[in-house]
Amino acid sequence: MAERTQKQKPAPAKTEEVVEEAPAASKQGDKLKAELDDLLDEIDGVLESNAEDFVKSYVQKGGQ
Amino acid sequence: MVVAGTMPADFNAAVDPQRPCDGVERYRSPMAIPKVCGIETEYGIVVRGGDSNPVSASSLLINAYVAKYQRKVGWDFEDEHPGQDARGFGLTESFPPEIETHLVNTVLTNGARYYVDHAHPEISTPECVDALEIVRFDRAAEEIVRLSMEASKSILAAGAELVVYKNNSDGKGNSYGCHENYLVARETPFGRIVTQVTPHFVSRQIFCGAGKVGCELPGMGVKDVPFQLSQRADFFEEEVGLETTMKRPIINTRDEPHCDPQQYRRLHVIVGDANMSEVATYLKVGTTSIVLAMIEDDQLGTDLILANAVASIRHVSHDTSLTRLIPLRNGTRLTALDLQWRLLERAHKYERAFGLVCVGEAVGADVLRRWEAVLSGLEADPTTVAGQVDWVAKKRLVDGYRDRHGLEVDDARLKALDLQYHDMRTDKCLALRAGLERLIGIDDVTTAITEPPHTTRAYFRGKCLQKFPNEVVAANWDSMVFDVGRDPLRRVPMMEPLRGTAAHVGTVIEESRTATELLARLGS
Repeated sequence: MAERTQKQKPAPAKTEEVVEEAPAASKQGDKLKAELDDLLDEIDGVLESNAEDFVKSYVQKGGQ
Repeated sequence: MVVAGTMPADFNAAVDPQRPCDGVERYRSPMAIPKVCGIETEYGIVVRGGDSNPVSASSLLINAYVAKYQRKVGWDFEDEHPGQDARGFGLTESFPPEIETHLVNTVLTNGARYYVDHAHPEISTPECVDALEIVRFDRAAEEIVRLSMEASKSILAAGAELVVYKNNSDGKGNSYGCHENYLVARETPFGRIVTQVTPHFVSRQIFCGAGKVGCELPGMGVKDVPFQLSQRADFFEEEVGLETTMKRPIINTRDEPHCDPQQYRRLHVIVGDANMSEVATYLKVGTTSIVLAMIEDDQLGTDLILANAVASIRHVSHDTSLTRLIPLRNGTRLTALDLQWRLLERAHKYERAFGLVCVGEAVGADVLRRWEAVLSGLEADPTTVAGQVDWVAKKRLVDGYRDRHGLEVDDARLKALDLQYHDMRTDKCLALRAGLERLIGIDDVTTAITEPPHTTRAYFRGKCLQKFPNEVVAANWDSMVFDVGRDPLRRVPMMEPLRGTAAHVGTVIEESRTATELLARLGS
């Protein structure tokens, strides 16, 4: 638990830092969103075309 | 007769007292034995555009690989161990093994077993000494599956294709496993293992769950549980038992050590998911090895024992917020994250007192670092560990796709996305596109497709298959059978998992020009 307590300590100082960090954070957020958008574009192209049939026909026998 | 050489890792010897130990206490000699381990993965399989019998499809897949890449050597079902020094190699004579001919069952030159089990293709990694080796051979297994799918194309009718999935459920209540095996000391009371490791199996899902769209508990569906952490958690009905296919228990009691039963037990873990993330596999095996070492040294304690493991394993899996409280036997309640923090705290303390030689020192230290990092990430914001944790990576795709297209939670496209995360075809696999962190370079993976690990008896198995494919008639975990042209066949028992390594037998195998010479030198 020691590691955890240490990690939580900086939390109270956050209010002041937020102003400064906000642009960087949102930039990071934008980057992640753009990455996800690209990924979703790719998935649109790769995903099995008839999802309904694909899911229905994926039947396995139980194993271990 | 015994192969020359001494025990490699001196697991009974005291750890070097010169090593720093944070000034808290002197290093103590651990009882914990080396955590030799292996993973068995059952893959899902379908035939596209052809007859879909899963048993024949699985056989075809494996036969296609073996026909193209190596001579077929059958698995030996002989489970009788003739009298010999049970702690090392011995030479005895034996009758030809009876092999079930209707199901494909073969041994690969990397020491792995590739076979049909319960209508699924299955690969068991060779025995490994640490979690990083496990990741390397689990990755090699994936590549073997890919090569098999490719090789099967020339056998199948035009337009037909075998497609393999590394997941654990078909979404319709049928599950198949990814089992872990760990070497534990026979002298450790099994009851202690059962009660003390279960809290880890219930809570480790938060970082090694592979994620699942929907729920397969009777009477519940995707509207009740749109997304859960684990593929497997819905299928466990007992805390302890022998079953693996029905009424599955969290702790499996199969006692089949595949090595000296006087010294060892093989803990057979059936509760885990097959992971696409290398880090998840690494943490799954790495943390479990450390927890088991703590139990062997009786350093874990009894205060984390759960009140109801079966209910809790589902509750943890169904709670993506990671806030659900789990009741402990002592009356307190903790989240799965809290349980994991406590296990990690004890693992740090254990490392300071006993060292982590038994799980590989460098790997053990790295596992502790990554264990802490993943818990910190999950606690702060799970999306920060999307590169390491499968369920987080998958949920990000599922949520993103649902939002983009405005889908209901029960839309088939979301389940399709779940399945396709595990698709072994590189052009279809979504996990390959999810930005997962790699631990093993492709060259090391490629080597592991054909080369055995150097540090366990898998080395002897794999090297003999490479060098004397015509003389090895069968092999299994703890012996090999040679036919050197005169009756009867010769069996080489391998009852000690840490013998038969490159250090022990590398030179003997290298210098022997024939199998006869090898057997003579082993027997001299």
